[in-house]
Amino acid sequence: MQKLINHTCTLEDNWSFVESIESTVPAGNVIIPGSFWLENKESLSNREDIGIWLDSDAEPELFIQEIKSLPLVAINFPAFANGRGYSLARLVKERSEFKGELRAIGDVLIDQIYFMKRCGFDSFLLKDGLSAEKALEYLATFSDPYQLAFDQPTPLFRRKAD
Amino acid sequence: MYKYDSYDQRIVDERVTQFKDQTERYLSGELSEEQFLPLRLQNGLYVQRYAPMLRVAVPYGLMSSIQLRKLAHIARTYDKGYAHISTRTNVQFNWPELPQVPDILAELASVQMHAIQTSGNCIRNTTTDQFAGVVPDELVDPRPYCEIIRQWSTFHPEFAFLPRKFKIAVNSHTKDDRAATLLHDIGIKIVHNEAGELGFQVYVGGGLGRTPIVATLVKEFLPEQDLLTYLDAVLRIYNLNGRRDNKYKARIKILVKALGVDAFAKLVEDEWQHLKNGPGTLTSEELARIKGHFTLANYETLNNDEAAFTQQLAENKAFSNWYNRNVNTHKVPGYAIVTLTLKKLGTPPGDITDKQLDVAADLADRYSFAEIRSTHEQNLVLADVKQSELFNLWQEAKQAGFATPNLGLLTDMICCPGGDFCALANAKSIPVAEALQERFDNLDYLHDLGEIDLNISGCMNACGHHHIGHIGILGVDKKGAEFYQISLGGHSGPDASIGKILGPSFARDEMTNVIEKILSVFVEQRVEGERFIDTYRRVGQTPFKERAYAKAN
Repeated sequence: MQKLINHTCTLEDNWSFVESIESTVPAGNVIIPGSFWLENKESLSNREDIGIWLDSDAEPELFIQEIKSLPLVAINFPAFANGRGYSLARLVKERSEFKGELRAIGDVLIDQIYFMKRCGFDSFLLKDGLSAEKALEYLATFSDPYQLAFDQPTPLFRRKAD
Repeated sequence: MYKYDSYDQRIVDERVTQFKDQTERYLSGELSEEQFLPLRLQNGLYVQRYAPMLRVAVPYGLMSSIQLRKLAHIARTYDKGYAHISTRTNVQFNWPELPQVPDILAELASVQMHAIQTSGNCIRNTTTDQFAGVVPDELVDPRPYCEIIRQWSTFHPEFAFLPRKFKIAVNSHTKDDRAATLLHDIGIKIVHNEAGELGFQVYVGGGLGRTPIVATLVKEFLPEQDLLTYLDAVLRIYNLNGRRDNKYKARIKILVKALGVDAFAKLVEDEWQHLKNGPGTLTSEELARIKGHFTLANYETLNNDEAAFTQQLAENKAFSNWYNRNVNTHKVPGYAIVTLTLKKLGTPPGDITDKQLDVAADLADRYSFAEIRSTHEQNLVLADVKQSELFNLWQEAKQAGFATPNLGLLTDMICCPGGDFCALANAKSIPVAEALQERFDNLDYLHDLGEIDLNISGCMNACGHHHIGHIGILGVDKKGAEFYQISLGGHSGPDASIGKILGPSFARDEMTNVIEKILSVFVEQRVEGERFIDTYRRVGQTPFKERAYAKAN
């Protein structure tokens, strides 16, 4: 079973992932494709149990102003080596008024989640078979990074001066 | 040079711990080959033809004698007694054992070195002029900016998995460009604006490889403090818009071409408006702190005995040959810049033994404030040698095999490791270099030919910079046989150009004859004072082509 973690512990996954929608949106906490949600967001506006997932090729300008009130946005990493999701994450967290949970899904491996955390991901759905304990350990790989990012909005050179 | 503080040291130490764990997980089977690949790549570890190759970062080519001795120790202890200087001024080891690599990284960390981001699709080592800080006609020392970029790019969380590798170079010289700045993903030229303020011209989209392109100016003047926010904007636009479907079309140069430079520049500018003046803006304290690591050495006020030195040169032809070729003018009177060449007949270009590394460290200690530099032309530089000590240094350098007086000449070739070592290569490059060194070992002839850049790459990836050699040689595979394509007219200076392919490729045993024919056309056609590139640009490719492909009588 895939483990879900945040920055400090293992979580229970209350959301079901919906890869594509044929006709109706299933009930319950569901993560539906961002493109479907964009087209149908008026009719879905009464539901508070809908999150969306964005594929790595999503165009940020299409959704960045629309996601304000969503409880969850997931960004898919189709392959760990495709790093477009890191920039998408920072835009979601730093350029929109989104206040919900930003989740990394897809090819989410232990060695990349430190970078994901820095770019603003709140939770990580680890690839099947990976250890949550190891992943949590790797979130603390580096104690004091050089550059600013979402998790540390001040670069080291400004912090050192204090 | 830059000295680590406790923050810098902790980052490299934590990296060693991380990679040790990753290597253990790989060796135990917990990590797959595919998952380990980008991790080892970001630590400079390639799996090569015979063994892994470890590439150690030498930020902007600057090393202390302590670091050099550590490299000698690593070559001796973990490798077969030699190392290789790469065209990115890094140092490569060809024979380490994978389980020992974490130990090597720990050794490196003990002298403030690492292998972080020396390969993989991330921001690589920033390079600059090998004569930075000591050469006349330089605007300011470019190395503080290289160090600022190094720190910013080290484990940048957003840009660790870019569409493709990303290389930045900085040049501050007002006349020359020894860093091939315009052949980089980002080329930064340090300038003054009309108001006399310091800043940067930013060129984007240069590069070699399969599609060689000279970079285009995208920012006319970027104020000094805005360096990092602007780089963040360029990288973000690239990370969001660069192609990921085809690795040969994934470099930023393809994006700039596809969008057009104006549209690309506008995207960057719009993104930058969000970041400009934000917390990423450099502070005057930080600029001063980093610059403080690159202050002038403790130069003495020297009264040169010019008459005695002139006499030394006159009395010894070999010394004056070396002085004329391998010594450059220093900005401080009485000092000189010495290049220790690693292009000796019988040695692959850029290779250096553990003993030579130790000797170089000793020479640096005794003659040049304990610092040494590696160059993208695969040589070493002692940047601060007293003119009065040149003769003694020359004699010692000669003993160590560092004094072949061929800097900038035909036999001072750039050459990648090629098919002898590299798994990517289509053809061997070292034997071609050796055959050429052997054929053209007459110094008088070499000096008469003057400055020629001859660059050899074993494949399209162009590690040997063949596109920007005045004479470029590219190894190609023709139905399983090794052939070599020649291009002429490449150049890496401020007036950079990409070489033009001469015609069908040649077999390896034809290469020395063909190069000789090309040189003979130059000798016949040149007018007084012309270098090979000047003559080529004046007369064009036709006479060279006709001679190279002429049927034997």
